[in-house]
Amino acid sequence: MRRRDMIAGAGTSLLVSPSIAAESTRIPAELPDGTRQIARFVNLPDKRRMLRLVDRPPNYAAPVNVFTDIVTPNDRFYVRYHLAGVPSAADMDDWSLSVAGDAVERPVRLKLSDLLDMPSNEVLAVCQCAGNRRGFCDPHVPGVQWTDGAMGSAVWRGPMLRDVLRRAGVKPEAMEVWFDGADKPVMQATPPYRKSLPIDKALDGDTIVAIAMNNAPLPLLNGYPARLVVPGWVGTYWMKHLTAIEVSSVPLRNYWMQTAYRVPAGLFPVQHPFQSQATETTVPITELVVNSLIADPLEGDEVDRSGFTISGVAWDRGGGINRVEVSIDGGHSWQDALLDRPLGRYSYRRFILQTNLMRPGTYQLISRATTNAGERQAERLKLNPGGYHNNVPRPVAVVVT
Amino acid sequence: VKRRLVAMLGAGFGAAIGGATLCRGVLAADDPAPLKPGAGEDVTSAQCSACHSSDYIVMNSSFLTPDGWKAEVTKMRTAFGAPIDDSTAAEIVSYLASNYAAAAKPSAPAPSRNESVRQ
Repeated sequence: MRRRDMIAGAGTSLLVSPSIAAESTRIPAELPDGTRQIARFVNLPDKRRMLRLVDRPPNYAAPVNVFTDIVTPNDRFYVRYHLAGVPSAADMDDWSLSVAGDAVERPVRLKLSDLLDMPSNEVLAVCQCAGNRRGFCDPHVPGVQWTDGAMGSAVWRGPMLRDVLRRAGVKPEAMEVWFDGADKPVMQATPPYRKSLPIDKALDGDTIVAIAMNNAPLPLLNGYPARLVVPGWVGTYWMKHLTAIEVSSVPLRNYWMQTAYRVPAGLFPVQHPFQSQATETTVPITELVVNSLIADPLEGDEVDRSGFTISGVAWDRGGGINRVEVSIDGGHSWQDALLDRPLGRYSYRRFILQTNLMRPGTYQLISRATTNAGERQAERLKLNPGGYHNNVPRPVAVVVT
Repeated sequence: VKRRLVAMLGAGFGAAIGGATLCRGVLAADDPAPLKPGAGEDVTSAQCSACHSSDYIVMNSSFLTPDGWKAEVTKMRTAFGAPIDDSTAAEIVSYLASNYAAAAKPSAPAPSRNESVRQ
């Protein structure tokens, strides 16, 4: 079998010692035919072997073997841009962050050194695109045809957003906080990528302005020099290259809030509804749904009949994973996997299951996670026009020899 | 747990950023898939590639119906402000429908069911 988990014996933390796993070379068969034509593994500046879906604007997924680790290395962290005007590192040389809006006492402009001087918070959190696994939706839904690699987990560090906002003074009438980044549209008429958060989520101590990712500066393609980190919420709110914050007494009205990134009202229950952006028919997509993924073995792997280890990760909106079940027979029967210790509300929870002696043949491995609140992964896709929140357990076919 | 993580991660952030080499260039040369030859390929390529590479088109084939492609072109014009006039848009839709659409199935509904737009 493959040599994996070569971290054994290393004196350092599990978090900073990536395991050596076989690299996934497969383009998943469930993707649309056209996606399978263009998708290929490429190297980028600061990125290694990422699955290219679109080069402009850049959209690259991590291969599934990356998720054998609880922390995703920076050079394997997925890349997602909506607009092709991606800034260069040189563009960020004189970066600053303005904090203004009708609901602040006094607008301020902060430099990177100001953020470095502020008390910082650290959060190990999963950043996952709302459209992760869209490419596996049946029927297919237009958009970036993501595999299950439009996500990653990192230790994010930087000042709490609420401390940044307090530098400008938040007025009582604050309803939302609006965000803008340095990435820009090509056409002037294209709506710039701006997003907002409800004031409560903005003031949550785990919502931070990250200036470090896994103890290093953010890679350019992940939002250097500063990005918003919104643990438990989908990646669309994690504004990259954050340049402007406005605290506002009214909702942000633009394409990216009112039209894009919305789901039918009631389809995906959340703990804290984004009321100021809700309509009778649709609501913004916000909190992650419970999900899991088998990262080892990989689709098509040959595994040993005398027993092998199935491992992967499970995650949710922050309530915690209570149970991960694994099936080796395509979902007919299930066994409880062992769960590694939790490393924080918003991190991946690692699971493993050791198999017993098996007859040779092809087996369908499936994992399904349940949260502390009793939410389990959907058995059938909750169809929605954006192809969001695909958390249907996904079989991994292996050959036992 | 957070505090423990910090301790484990150890090294000071100031050193990390000070020592970083930030000479990042543009993305490596990485040609997108060419569009299929055919009537309307030139105008489709010229108009669409102003904002995104042809990967987006090929990636979304071939499951969109001709009506699905029409909806996408309309979205680019109305939501994203692409400066494409009616007759040019019709040429693009015709090209996409001929080269990148699913065979028409009576059971396949148009994807636009409400105000949501996928990203």
